[in-house]
Parts: sequence; C-alpha cells; structure tokens
Amino acid sequence: MFSFELLLDAVVLGVLLGCFYAAVSLGLSVAFGLLDVPHVAHPAFLVLASYAVYVLNEFYGIDPLLAGLLITPFLFVFGLAAYRLYYETFEKRGSDAGVRGIAFFFGIAFIIEVLIILQFGVDQRSVTATYIGKAWRIGDMRIPYRLVVAFAVATLLTTLLALYLSKTFMGRAIRAVAQDQEALRLMGANPIRIKQWAFGIATAVLGIAGALLIIVAPVDPTLDRAYIGRTFCVVVMAGLGSMTGTLVAAIILGVAESIVLTLFGASWAPAISFAMLLGVLAVRPQGLFGRRS
Amino acid sequence: MKRNGIFFWIGAAVFLIAIALMTKLITNEYPFFAGYVILQFIVLAVAWSILGGHAGYVNFGTSAFFGMGVYTAVFLFKVAGAPLLVQIAAAAAVGALMGFALGLLTLRMQGIFFSIATIALTIVIETSITNWRYVGGAAGIQLQRPPVTWPFSGYVQMLFFVQAVLVVLAVVVSRYIQNSWIGRGLQALRDDELAAECTGVPTLRLKVLACVVSGALMCAAGAPAAMYLQYADPSSAFNLNYSVSTLAMSLIGGTAHWAGPIVGAILLGTTQQLLTVTISSEVNVLVLGVMLVLFVVAAPEGLIGLLRRVRDKRKEGKQ
Amino acid sequence: MTPPGTSAPLLQISGLTKRFGGFTALDNVSVDIRPGERFGLIGPNGSGKTTLINCISGAFRTEARTVVFRGEDITQLPAHVRTRRGIARSFQIPRPFKSMTVVENLMVALDFAVATDPLVSAAHRHETAMSILAGMGLASKANASATTLSQVELRKMELARAMATRPKLLISDEAMAGLSSSEVDEVLDLLMSLADQDITVIMIEHIMQAVMRFSQRVMCLDAGKIIAIGAPTEVMANQRVQEAYLGT
Repeated sequence: MFSFELLLDAVVLGVLLGCFYAAVSLGLSVAFGLLDVPHVAHPAFLVLASYAVYVLNEFYGIDPLLAGLLITPFLFVFGLAAYRLYYETFEKRGSDAGVRGIAFFFGIAFIIEVLIILQFGVDQRSVTATYIGKAWRIGDMRIPYRLVVAFAVATLLTTLLALYLSKTFMGRAIRAVAQDQEALRLMGANPIRIKQWAFGIATAVLGIAGALLIIVAPVDPTLDRAYIGRTFCVVVMAGLGSMTGTLVAAIILGVAESIVLTLFGASWAPAISFAMLLGVLAVRPQGLFGRRS
Repeated sequence: MKRNGIFFWIGAAVFLIAIALMTKLITNEYPFFAGYVILQFIVLAVAWSILGGHAGYVNFGTSAFFGMGVYTAVFLFKVAGAPLLVQIAAAAAVGALMGFALGLLTLRMQGIFFSIATIALTIVIETSITNWRYVGGAAGIQLQRPPVTWPFSGYVQMLFFVQAVLVVLAVVVSRYIQNSWIGRGLQALRDDELAAECTGVPTLRLKVLACVVSGALMCAAGAPAAMYLQYADPSSAFNLNYSVSTLAMSLIGGTAHWAGPIVGAILLGTTQQLLTVTISSEVNVLVLGVMLVLFVVAAPEGLIGLLRRVRDKRKEGKQ
Repeated sequence: MTPPGTSAPLLQISGLTKRFGGFTALDNVSVDIRPGERFGLIGPNGSGKTTLINCISGAFRTEARTVVFRGEDITQLPAHVRTRRGIARSFQIPRPFKSMTVVENLMVALDFAVATDPLVSAAHRHETAMSILAGMGLASKANASATTLSQVELRKMELARAMATRPKLLISDEAMAGLSSSEVDEVLDLLMSLADQDITVIMIEHIMQAVMRFSQRVMCLDAGKIIAIGAPTEVMANQRVQEAYLGT
C-alpha cells in the first residue's frame, strides 16, 4: 500500500494544502500572535466570509476570488468594530481578559454558526468557477487546479501581508505594539488605535481566505470547529506573529495531514492538527520561530 | 458557619428524599427524562467550577471528560455487561487519571494556552474513539438496557435518582473545597501563582488535585448517559456543546460561590430543554451563544456576583 | 542574639551562575549571610539583584549545592517548600491576592507555610494574622479588599504576609520604591524591628540613605558579578561601585 510515488504525491499535495492553511491562518497570526486577542471565533469569521462569497457567486455569478476581494472592505470595518467591542469590554477592564475573552469569542462563534444554519441550512455549499473541477496531470500525478489556484493566491497573500508588516509605517507600528505598548505610548502613538487597525487588517484578510476555503472544498456551517485546530496549530507552531513562521508551520501541517490521510485514511484527519498543537504547546511553547525566547 | 452546615446537610437530605419519592409517585417517564439532563448539567457545571472557578484554569475539555465517561460505560457494558454503578465508578477512575494528566499540563501552560490545549485534547480523544471499531466507531453503538432492579419502577427513574446522588456528591465536594484551606490555596494561585508559591502554597499539587476531582466528577456524570440514550456515538458524546454549555452555566451562575453553577445550570439547562422541545436545537445553541456573550460582557461575576453587589449596595445604604 | 560572624552562616551562596539563553544574569556569585544579619544588596538595574533572590526563593532553579540554607542544599526544593523552611520574600511590584481581603492574604500564609497544628483553630490563626497586622499598623485595613490599598499599604501588607510565614530569612525587594520620604522611614523602621526579632533580612534597595542606615554589610552587583562587599561606608567609597552604580 505504501510506495514512493504515493508519498511524493502526498508531499506535493501537502505543500499546496499547507500554503492554503497559511492563508487562512494569517488573520489569527496577527490577532492572536501579535495582539494577544484569544480569537477563537476567527475560523467562524472565515466560514462566514465563505458564505458571503458563496452568495455572490451563486446569485450574481461573480468569480469567487473577485467576490472575496469585494467583501474585504466590509470585513475590515467589521474587524474594527469587533476589536472596539472586545477592547471596551475586556482589555480596558484589565484582569483575566484572556479567560473571559475566549468565552466571549466562543459565544460569538456559536452565534455565527447558528445564524448560518438558520439562513442556509446544514448542507454543504460550493462555488463554481472555470478552475474548479479540472486537474493538472504530470505523469501519474493529478493536481486539482483549485489547489494550484489556492496555492498561488495564498502565497501572494502571505507575501503581501509580510511586506505590509515589515515595510510600511503602519505595519511596523503593529509589530511595535506587539512588543512594547508602553514605549509606543511614550512616543505619542495611540496603541489602541494601532491594535484596532491591526485587527481590521486581520479580519479583512479573511475575504480572500474565505474565498480560498470554499474554492478548495465545499463548506458547511460547523466547518469552523476543524479550523480552530488548524489555525491555532499553525499560529502557535509558527511562534506567535511570525509571517515566515506561519508559512513554514502551515506547510508542515499540510504535509503531515496529507501523509496521514494517505497512510491511515480520512478518519484520522481531524486529530492531526490538534495533536500537533498539543505537542507544540507541551514541548516548545514558543514555537519554531518564537517571538519570545 | 456551624448553622449553615446543618442547613446544608438537611437540604441535601431533603433533596434526595424528594427525588426518591418522585421516582415512586410519578409514573410518567417524561419528567425524569427531561430532568435528568438538567441534573447532569448541574454535576458538570459544579465539577467544572472546581478547576475553572477556584483555580481560574478555564477547561474547554468538559466534552472530553463527558465523552470518556460515556465510552467507559459503553466499553464495560459491552465487554462484561457491567452494572451501572460499576460503570460510573470506573468512569470516575478514568476521569481522575485524565485529570491527573491535565494537571501536569498546567506545569507548562497557563491562561489561554491551557484552554486551547483542552480543546485539542478533546478532538484527539474523539478521533481515537471514532477509529475504535469495538465500541462502534463513527457510526455509534446501540445498547440494550438490562431489566431495572428493585426499588425502582423504571430504568429512567433509576438513572434520574443516580444522577441526583451525583449532584449531591459534587456539591458536597465543591462546598468542602470552597470552605477549606484547599479553596484558599486555589484562590491564591488563581490571583497570582508566583506569590502563592512564595507564600507556601504547593501550587502544582493543588492544581493537580483540582483537576483530578473535577475530572472524576465530569466523567462520572457522563457514564449514565450511555444507558439513558441507549445509544452512543463519538460526535454526540464529545460534542463541543457540552464544553460551552458547562462553561456558560458556570459563568452565568457565577463561580465565586458553590451555589452559582447550580443556579446557572438550572436556568440555562431548563431554557435549553424548553427551546429544544418547543422550537429547535439550533435556536437552543443560538440562545446559548447569546447568553454566554451577554453575561461575559455585562455580568462577568455572574448572578451570584450581581446578587453580592446588590447586597453590598444595600449595606452601604444602611450605614 | 548571637553576634554576627561567630556562628555558622544561615545562607551560603557558592559559585552561583544563572544563564538565560546566551545572557549571563549571574556570574559565579558566592556570599555567606550570617544569622541575624541586616544585609543590603545594591546594584544598577539589570545587574542581577532580582535574579539572585529568585534563585534563593526558588522561582528559578540552579545547580546543586549553589544555595545552602541552614546547612541544607535547597536547590532541588520548589519555592513553597523553601518558604516553609523559612525563606520569605516581598516583590518589587507588589503581588497581592487581589480577590481577597488583607487579613485573608495573611491567612494563606498561615494556612500553608506554617506547620499546621490541628489543635490550632482557625480562630487562633485569625488572631495571629490580626496581631501581625497590628504590628504593621494595618489593623484597620484587615477587612478591606487588597485592591483598595494605597502603595505604602500594599508594601506593608506584602511584608506582613511574608512575616506570617514565620521566616528566618526575609528578602525585601525594593519595598520602598515609589514611596514618599516619610513612608520610606516608616517601612525602614518596620524592617529594623523585624531584624530585632532575630530575623535575617536581605534588603534590595535603590534609596541609598535607607541602605546605609539599615545595613550591617552591603554587597554591590554589576552585570551579574560581585564588585564590592563589606561595611556600607567602605562599599560606598569603592570606586568601581561609584562608577557602576552611581554612574560617575
């Protein structure tokens, strides 16, 4: 049952899948990795974005990627508002923001899940586009175009965000706020405004990420639960807030999932990301590219 | 203090006698069927608060403990036809072991990382059970209830009574912890682990103890569910809803006093039962989410906290 | 009270080195503290003072036999056991148990740190806590929440909590930082009175007058190394101390 070709197949698909995982984890990497917001509703936001893309595609015939781009500004504003609410109710009050914050975001995730179910039902939804359904053949290997598209867009998105964070003034301010809020305050900048902006960016990225999610595979309302494991695994393994780390960690996860899938079957798939997450937390909590040593 | 104690024990005895009488006098199974779920949530919420309330470690793995309780019972029943009490005792032992492992995890992770790790633990265990054919795999397993034993008139009545006993047990344990040096030590380490350690509190030992007790009770609460439903499958037994419901009940009631989680479980549990029956289980989850967000935002100390604040205000007014 | 210098040391630090990654926070530090001594520890920020007391109190682990307390190697003991052996500390930034009242903060110490005799009732422990608070001038605040205290009250409460563990060695980590000069005198008098009760005190402080008045011996750390140790006036006159610490 095990052969070299099969393994190679799994690795190639895993790398493609991994880049896609990086794209869906980017927002969390900013929100949790840099801003310390325990954003467990991130995957629910992601699925919500996918449904928005689905609506634009199904009823208006808009290409899913374009649809993702179209909803990006709305997501940005939504992110600004969400952070404001979080800040006013938790961070401002100080004590145990993390603990109540995670409960808060779980509540939000549940609400989003149910609202989607009430609107769209529990069935899977998918989008149509010319690059979905066809595959690219190299020898015996068959690579679906949808994965190739996801790979290309995801890599582009990750690069753009990494550049934004390292080259622009605002991007550098966001990284600074993650390291020393006080110092920034002393320099006359308002850390809360910067964090709010960063959370807006983290949410806006979900437009394209949500499009990729529904391009890669059909979505259903409770898909976010599986992605809690995947996104947190990637972000924690990456070492909170490192963009290069996010890409590398996501590829490791993608390859691991793909290999386990080939060797043991799909029924073990949900556990892989969570098991890796547990392992990283227990053995190397600072991640591979740790922000804190 | 002493008088409080006497009232408490009388209250517990009256509660159990009332439950016993109910199982004798009411012949309709439905009230027991619905009430059982609420009792089960009281045990879960009270047990959760031992770790989450006193020690401040927010465990999202309630469903892992609950599900393992269910599957311990399933396994023992299938392999040896073990009676209900054996199933529960074994589940408690399994829960204690899991709690011990969880307690050791607190050595390496705190705060939100601990919470995330408990979610991860849940999914890993669920997936393992899903891949275990002997207990039914993903498709689940049907169970045939054995004939009910004297003095009960029906199996559901018996389960109801057993769960009520677990409620009393959980409350007694939680109340003891709150009023003893263990509670004070847990409270100290919740406020500041380093300061607690430097004041002589054996933080690791207390955390492990809280995890073990909490885990044993949660697992025990899950064990009778197999016989209650006469069916078990991994995605229901390990459903994340148990974790979030339990958390919501504890937070809504308030964790500062042992009675808080009971109040929360009764309120939210009853609401959920009514909604599931009258409208749909989706709306039930929606209400759960909304209540959770509302309370965390508006009343972070829960109903008990609100009550105390009102009482303090009144005291100030009198002075 | 035995005069300093004639009995076996209470605390022996020998060859203590502590590294964090590539950074050496403490470099081969050796010092003996005698019973009943009032010992001042000074040095610029980041010189390793707090690291040293973290190594003594057990927040950081160190190599075997580097920290010996009353003849016993305590390097393998967790912090709470060291507290029970008689090492208490206060924190640079006060760390009260916020959800408790002042007297409850002390009850934690009495419940856990002091070998509990089952015959000693809760009421008796409460009495003990109250008498310690009275000694610190905090009796009126006993039932106030720890969050309502002023800075100087917080400092005093931390010392009271440390005292409730019945220490033989008390380490005070900048207990006077941010206090007014009259408050500094208050806290200093408190520490002096503790030393009279046969408790050895290590005081970390930036306020020089306080160090000079309090200490029988002073040690100055710089970049993890001892650069001077001896009588306060000698250490102050030391040129390396002046360079490193006073920045002149």
